[in-house]
Amino acid sequence: MTDRFLLEIEDLHASVEGTEILRGVSLRVGTGEVHAVMGPNGSGKSTLAQVLAGHPAYKVTGGSVRYDGKDLLELDPEERAREGMFLAFQYPVAIRGITNSYFLRSAVNAIRKHKGEPELDPLDFLQVLEDKLKAIGWDDSFMNRAVNEGFSGGEKKRNEILQLAVLEPRLAILDETDSGLDIDALKTVAQAVNMLRSPQRSFVVVTHYQRLLNYIVPDYVHVLAEGRIVKSGGKELALTLEEKGYDWVKPVGAAVS
Amino acid sequence: MTSIEAQVLQPYKYGFVTDIESESVPPGLSEDVIRLISAKKGEPEWMLEWRLKAYRHWLTMTEPTWANVKYGPIDYQAISYYAAPKQRPKVESLDEVDPKLLETFEKLGIPIAEQKRLAGVAVDAVFDSVSVATTFRAELAKFGVIFCPISEAIREHPDLVRQYLGTVVPTNDNFFAALNSAVFTDGSFAFIPKGVRCPLELSTYFRINASSTGQFERTLIIAEEGSHVSYLEGCSAPTRDENQLHAAVVELVALDNAQIKYSTIQNWYPGDEAGKGGIYNFVTKRGACRGRNSKISWTQVETGSAITWKYPGCLLQGDGSIGEFYSVAVTNHRQQADTGTKMIHIGKNTKSTIVSKGISAGHGQNTYRGLVKIMKGAEGARNYSQCDSMLIGDQCGAHTFPYIDVRNSSAIMEHEASTSKIGEDQIFYCKQRGLSAEDAVSMIVNGFCKEVFKELPMEFAVEAQNLLGISLEGSVG
Repeated sequence: MTDRFLLEIEDLHASVEGTEILRGVSLRVGTGEVHAVMGPNGSGKSTLAQVLAGHPAYKVTGGSVRYDGKDLLELDPEERAREGMFLAFQYPVAIRGITNSYFLRSAVNAIRKHKGEPELDPLDFLQVLEDKLKAIGWDDSFMNRAVNEGFSGGEKKRNEILQLAVLEPRLAILDETDSGLDIDALKTVAQAVNMLRSPQRSFVVVTHYQRLLNYIVPDYVHVLAEGRIVKSGGKELALTLEEKGYDWVKPVGAAVS
Repeated sequence: MTSIEAQVLQPYKYGFVTDIESESVPPGLSEDVIRLISAKKGEPEWMLEWRLKAYRHWLTMTEPTWANVKYGPIDYQAISYYAAPKQRPKVESLDEVDPKLLETFEKLGIPIAEQKRLAGVAVDAVFDSVSVATTFRAELAKFGVIFCPISEAIREHPDLVRQYLGTVVPTNDNFFAALNSAVFTDGSFAFIPKGVRCPLELSTYFRINASSTGQFERTLIIAEEGSHVSYLEGCSAPTRDENQLHAAVVELVALDNAQIKYSTIQNWYPGDEAGKGGIYNFVTKRGACRGRNSKISWTQVETGSAITWKYPGCLLQGDGSIGEFYSVAVTNHRQQADTGTKMIHIGKNTKSTIVSKGISAGHGQNTYRGLVKIMKGAEGARNYSQCDSMLIGDQCGAHTFPYIDVRNSSAIMEHEASTSKIGEDQIFYCKQRGLSAEDAVSMIVNGFCKEVFKELPMEFAVEAQNLLGISLEGSVG
């Protein structure tokens, strides 16, 4: 039964600078499923995303994570990426002097090399890129600009989703992709994400607000509070939360699992 | 050690020694030694007098201490001022050059043997105190371009040399320039006649091999009216515990509408991790834009040397002349660099651009020192300066000393500066996309230096990127 799950998080504990943020998170994500992880500020949502991707500032202090049957925590961040795990950053960093298309081609080739596939030359890659852009209905206006340099908030988030489209991960984690977006930008991004949904691809969508989930409709919703998942349910849970607020699920004593 | 720092600690790759019989003069400096050098070079009397005059002036000077670098006293009597591989006194063709020398340059990636030459690049190979070979000379001569060792130019083209030598960097300019003028042994001479666009890149590769010697090269490039030339120099030295002195002087002269592009890839032995050994690179480089609308452009990628002390500058004398300086200076381990440029605006409507990128890693100390001077008569002068520093790790330092001296109120000056740190977040972002830490660092650093690399001749831009990758390997985590 377990190999039905692409990602299995068991009692995960993690801390940053000695402060425990995750206090026993358990979550299972099957192939092709979309899970939303919601929670108030400071609940550990972004920490969960960063820990899964392997950010060095976070120390895992307990629990286990299996990804595609492997011990995820044993893998370096770049190995996780090459094995098909993608994190859309809440705050993507800028890399000056390096064009988006060069950066993306380097990433594609690192992953292809890992899979034993031939690397793409710039022309082949351009074709792949154009196809992807067409598929999600975007133009190539920022491909020749430096990675995230001088990008607006919306452009940065779009760029993350474009990378997602090109890198074709098996598991995509979206960390507050809706933050800082106006409603039009939100719709554009959500539409692209929906086009990238497939039975072979799982999503973990981390968000504070229910709003995003109107557009990216999840299969499951989990509520994270004080480092634990305190409630899980279907997509309706997000609406209930919107109505009643996070106080409704604040843990009193033991966590709900 | 962070993964960023772990990447810079890569051993120097050019540290081998060529086992070759050489002759050198005993250590020490005196008028007799200068006479000996001059005699070995078969120089005319005027050249010897010129050297002696410089030497006598040097004796009255004191070593400058204002640079932001620290090193023990240099014993000028402990240095040998001339070393040359033993070979036939005059080599007529490359077949007669000692194969060990050809091998040495080949190992350094500078093939000078006929069948392996770099296409489109004429190379002058200087080994210790002498030039061992200059390629494509006959081809260049068809265009009237002279490209030869300066020692030969002094013998064969004395009028040209006399007319220009020491006119841009006078013998008494500074302590190290005076020393160089007294004892310089070899270097390159290039003359591009009126209206000629030099058909090949000209290049000199300097190799220090002998121990306990200094290398004092002298380069003189003259671009007559309307001519164009692109020149590139590279350098390296064996790994040794002792510090070796390299004090060069480079003079460029551009007449009306002439353009000189001078690129340097400097990779002298930088010393070990603890700071033992390495080259002291104390260099005076200056170009005179004498003619109207002339242009001199300096591009340098400095990854080597224990200590670097150099300020390639431009004297913008001709109206409408342009000076440019593009620099990447890397200091890793215990390296120290105090480098920058001097742009002296004298003519009207002169323009200068300065783009300096300093990268510090390990315990490296990197100083940008620049002077932009607008003279009283320099109506309509413009300067744009940009100084960016990048820090890798938390033990290194970046310093900036921009001097601006404006004596004409019509000048327009712009200065931008930034300091950034390669952070874990940048590396993590790249890793999350599947890139290794090494590739991430190399990408971030290359992106940082891009504005400078794009100024390098195509053939060398790749080399510069690789060099940067090597000298920073192990620095990032």
